[in-house]
Amino acid sequence: MEQNFKTLNIDNTKYKTLLTSKFENRKAWEKPDENKMLSFIPGTIRKVSVAEGQKVKEGEVLIILEAMKVENKILSPKNGIIKLVNIKTGDKVPKSHLLLEFK
Amino acid sequence: MSLKRKTLELLKRREQVQMGGGEAAIQKQTAMGKLTARERILSLVDKDSFHEYDLFVEHEARDFDMDKKILAGDGVIIGTGTIFGAPICIYAQDFTVAGGSLGLMHARKITKIMDHAMKLQVPIIGINDSGGARIQEGVNSLAGYGEIFYRNTMASGFIPQISVILGPCAGGAVYSPALTDYVFVVDKISKMFITGPEVIKSVLGEEISQEDLGGARVHSEITGNAHFFAESEKECFEQIKKLITFIPWNNQRKARTFKSKEPRKSYKIDEIVPGDPKQPYDVRDVIKSVVDDSDFFEIMENWARNVIIGFGRLDGETVGFVANQPLVLAGVLDVDSSDKAARFIRYCDAFNIPIITLVDLPGYLPGVDQEHAGVIRHGAKMLYAYSEATVAKISIILRKAYGGGYIAMNSRHLHADFVFAWPGAEIAVMGPEGAANIIFKKEISEAEDPEKMRKQKVKEYKEKFANPYVAAAKGYIDSVIEPEETRKFLLHAIKLSSDKNEDRPRKKHGIPPF
Repeated sequence: MEQNFKTLNIDNTKYKTLLTSKFENRKAWEKPDENKMLSFIPGTIRKVSVAEGQKVKEGEVLIILEAMKVENKILSPKNGIIKLVNIKTGDKVPKSHLLLEFK
Repeated sequence: MSLKRKTLELLKRREQVQMGGGEAAIQKQTAMGKLTARERILSLVDKDSFHEYDLFVEHEARDFDMDKKILAGDGVIIGTGTIFGAPICIYAQDFTVAGGSLGLMHARKITKIMDHAMKLQVPIIGINDSGGARIQEGVNSLAGYGEIFYRNTMASGFIPQISVILGPCAGGAVYSPALTDYVFVVDKISKMFITGPEVIKSVLGEEISQEDLGGARVHSEITGNAHFFAESEKECFEQIKKLITFIPWNNQRKARTFKSKEPRKSYKIDEIVPGDPKQPYDVRDVIKSVVDDSDFFEIMENWARNVIIGFGRLDGETVGFVANQPLVLAGVLDVDSSDKAARFIRYCDAFNIPIITLVDLPGYLPGVDQEHAGVIRHGAKMLYAYSEATVAKISIILRKAYGGGYIAMNSRHLHADFVFAWPGAEIAVMGPEGAANIIFKKEISEAEDPEKMRKQKVKEYKEKFANPYVAAAKGYIDSVIEPEETRKFLLHAIKLSSDKNEDRPRKKHGIPPF
């Protein structure tokens, strides 16, 4: 049984075993950055209503993201200043794509 | 016209319809490496056993010039036959006729043979090869799918349902296979998805081939939607035939019994499992060293490989195995393996197949991804399935059985009927290293040489608790047995359980953590 054995640590015990590709390719968890706005659904950017450096108020429409034939208004979650606009009108974005960043 | 001439006319009509979509379409089908619908049925059932119904059914669609089109058998063949003498109902979609698209009469033929299977109480096999709904028939196609899903659900746990994907199976069509017991796929031929590559591209801009999105390998290795993977249609049919020998015709019967055969001498049961619980081995070798003729029929071989499920025979009678696989991920339980095992346990319970559980696991897999993927509710499926099952439930603890994993693997506490343990079994709340670190935290940290103290405490814990006798002293284990006695104990337990009966509280149905 000559195989590519690795070590899996469970409760401080190191087991010799094969790993699955799903296990090896799992993503390390990161704490979500509250200043970064990510797309909640894949779709197309229909409108970008803000520019970098602009002051925005909570509830203001920032972007219109069309997904599954519905235009979703992306609202500002807080009062703040836009540091980065990472998309432009017409862009197709996957899920969890960086749209905007606050200062 | 004499009866003889009328009979000749029948033969002529038959021949015409049996040509399906005609020679050109058949050639196209063959060029794709696929058999025709009729060839498929004939290669699956016993010779001369196939009887076809509804050969002369025609569609009634009128819109979009459909009234000018004749579709042979409306694109699906239905009938009955036998496989190794076992009666079955079968349907096969004919891709050469309008792409095997599903219209109202096509669906009615399928639901007719499903109703037939329910009344006769015999397995139903569906061969899928269809471009999807027949758009020209509009909402009637959707109605057709819905009627099939309803029957799949009614038949679930009552008669065995087998789906064979031998071509495209897209959109709503995939939900019928998903509702059935077993899905068979063939490399490069089977394709299953809800939304195809074109839709995905138009919405998301992601480009992916049909094969990479929903091919046979994807469903066998990544999604867990398929249970059996084959390299060719021929191999696939052999797998189906073999499965049919292991399962009963309906839920009021037991599977057929075969002649008992001793396991092959090449599997030496006392030499497979290493003494050190950290070392891997292939638990399938343990199964093969106890079942008749060492013949183990594995299900979902390539998905969630840290748990093994499948059928074997003991003294000629079908049994289902659920076994932790120390070879992969140390045999832990996680989201996928819990899902895989729990569904199989429910299958065995529904169809009167005793369940044998082989235990050797360090516990549940730690990780944020697991917790966020809902390992709590998925893991709970195991507890539910084992507790709910009333078929004979037999456990053998081969080596380690730690923590929640020990409880989940058909423990006495979930009301297993027989629990045996090998002498090397370690039934404990966790492995010695972890336990000693917690219990003796203070002694270790305050010791002059913490590492030496830690080792000593681990050793102490091991000697005291890493054995089967603590659990045996409480009656949680019925017998500590020699590995060589395993088959003998299993045969006896199965024999004694033939009339096992356990009542459950009256209810409509439980609410398992789906």
